[in-house]
Amino acid sequence: MKSLKAQGSILSNTQQQIDILEQGTNQNNSSKQLLFTEKLEALEHYPLKPTQLEIFQINVGKMCNQVCQHCHVDAGPDRKEIMTVETMQQCLDVLKANASFKTVDLTGGAPEMNPHFRWFIEEIKKLNKHIIVRCNLTIILANKKYHDLPDFFKQHRVEVVSSLPFYSKDRTDRQRGTGVFGDSIKALQLLNRVGYGVEGSNLLLNLVYNPAGAFLPASQTTLEKEYKEALQKEFNIVFNNLYTITNMPISRYLDYLLRTGNYEKYMDKLITAFNPSAALNVMCRNTLSIGWDGFMYDCDFNQMLDLKVAVSQEHISQFNAADLLNRSIILNQHCYGCTAGSGSSCGGAVA
Amino acid sequence: MENHYYNAEDLGKFGNIGEFQKPLADKFFAWYGEVFGESSLTAKEKSLIALAVAHAVQCPYCIDAYSSDAFEKGYSEAQMMEAVHVAAAIKGGAALVHGVQMMNKVKEIAM
Repeated sequence: MKSLKAQGSILSNTQQQIDILEQGTNQNNSSKQLLFTEKLEALEHYPLKPTQLEIFQINVGKMCNQVCQHCHVDAGPDRKEIMTVETMQQCLDVLKANASFKTVDLTGGAPEMNPHFRWFIEEIKKLNKHIIVRCNLTIILANKKYHDLPDFFKQHRVEVVSSLPFYSKDRTDRQRGTGVFGDSIKALQLLNRVGYGVEGSNLLLNLVYNPAGAFLPASQTTLEKEYKEALQKEFNIVFNNLYTITNMPISRYLDYLLRTGNYEKYMDKLITAFNPSAALNVMCRNTLSIGWDGFMYDCDFNQMLDLKVAVSQEHISQFNAADLLNRSIILNQHCYGCTAGSGSSCGGAVA
Repeated sequence: MENHYYNAEDLGKFGNIGEFQKPLADKFFAWYGEVFGESSLTAKEKSLIALAVAHAVQCPYCIDAYSSDAFEKGYSEAQMMEAVHVAAAIKGGAALVHGVQMMNKVKEIAM
């Protein structure tokens, strides 16, 4: 499977995606969909404002060893956009000057495929920030040069957050590709072996559940219990927490929804499940998202829709904390994905 | 009025039955919610029972709702089909076991 970009899909044009989100597909009742901004207005939270600048999430590139069906980044081996050392240095300068950023959350693609990844982690660590790496697990086995990643993560006390869409092979492979489940299990065992997820080690290993289809996640608490029982029993694997994350109706997942005729029904599901308390806890209120080219966004999803932060200086080299704290967060219909049911964020449910 | 008896969109209007009789609808939905909550049986187990019963009572709304619900809660296609077979087997068995009644009657009247 190729990325939407490599396929020349119309959805690789972000404006096309925004048009679909705003206008629907001209089928059924798309025109009747209530605007997300109107929902927030009713809660007296429009325009939506940040609470603080706490999490610095960096997408270091779209290059990935996997091509997952639901990927909102449209990542894959054919994507060559990755962050340069110069942009990384600009990120480090901002992190050094702004103590409010306590956590640096590295994502991709497979962030480990950026050739400067290890240097970047070492430099961030010197600034005494908590580091999260969103590791797809299979990268650890993909090439000999990645085999020591568990030790590298351990050495720098990195928190590892990894996608495992389900505790069975069938659902995982359907979403992430044939063989991904088996390799993910091996990678989890390697992480356990160095202490990740093991009680008392202080090495955090959290897993991410994504629905493998056009539906919302089940209860995070219930799924975590099932994952823990199944992975322990079948593979002797332990981990800390499970984060349930709702699939956003953008990029490759939007393509899936449109291809299967599920788009309108999925949007209706998200809108019907709108949860005001989840809306007040959305992650964009304390997160700043940085793209591979250094532009700043309210979240990784806005980044993939090329909706830059609403300030005059949009690039990390022009970072201005006061302006960013006063900005209005850019919203559109995809935001319903973060406010449905128990809510959704990079740290799982929020309500 | 639609010219067919079942309409998929009506499932989403189930909550509107309170429009004609609110106190009873409120009681029903409160009870329904409690029935399907986590209790001695898990919500997941209850979802699979509901899926099987939905097939036994042949309710298209219930089949729609609990096919989604059971799959969302993590049951595989094979597990869900086995639940439907359980419903079908009970329905089939229920018909067939009456064969004993038929036999009893025939033996009663036959020479």
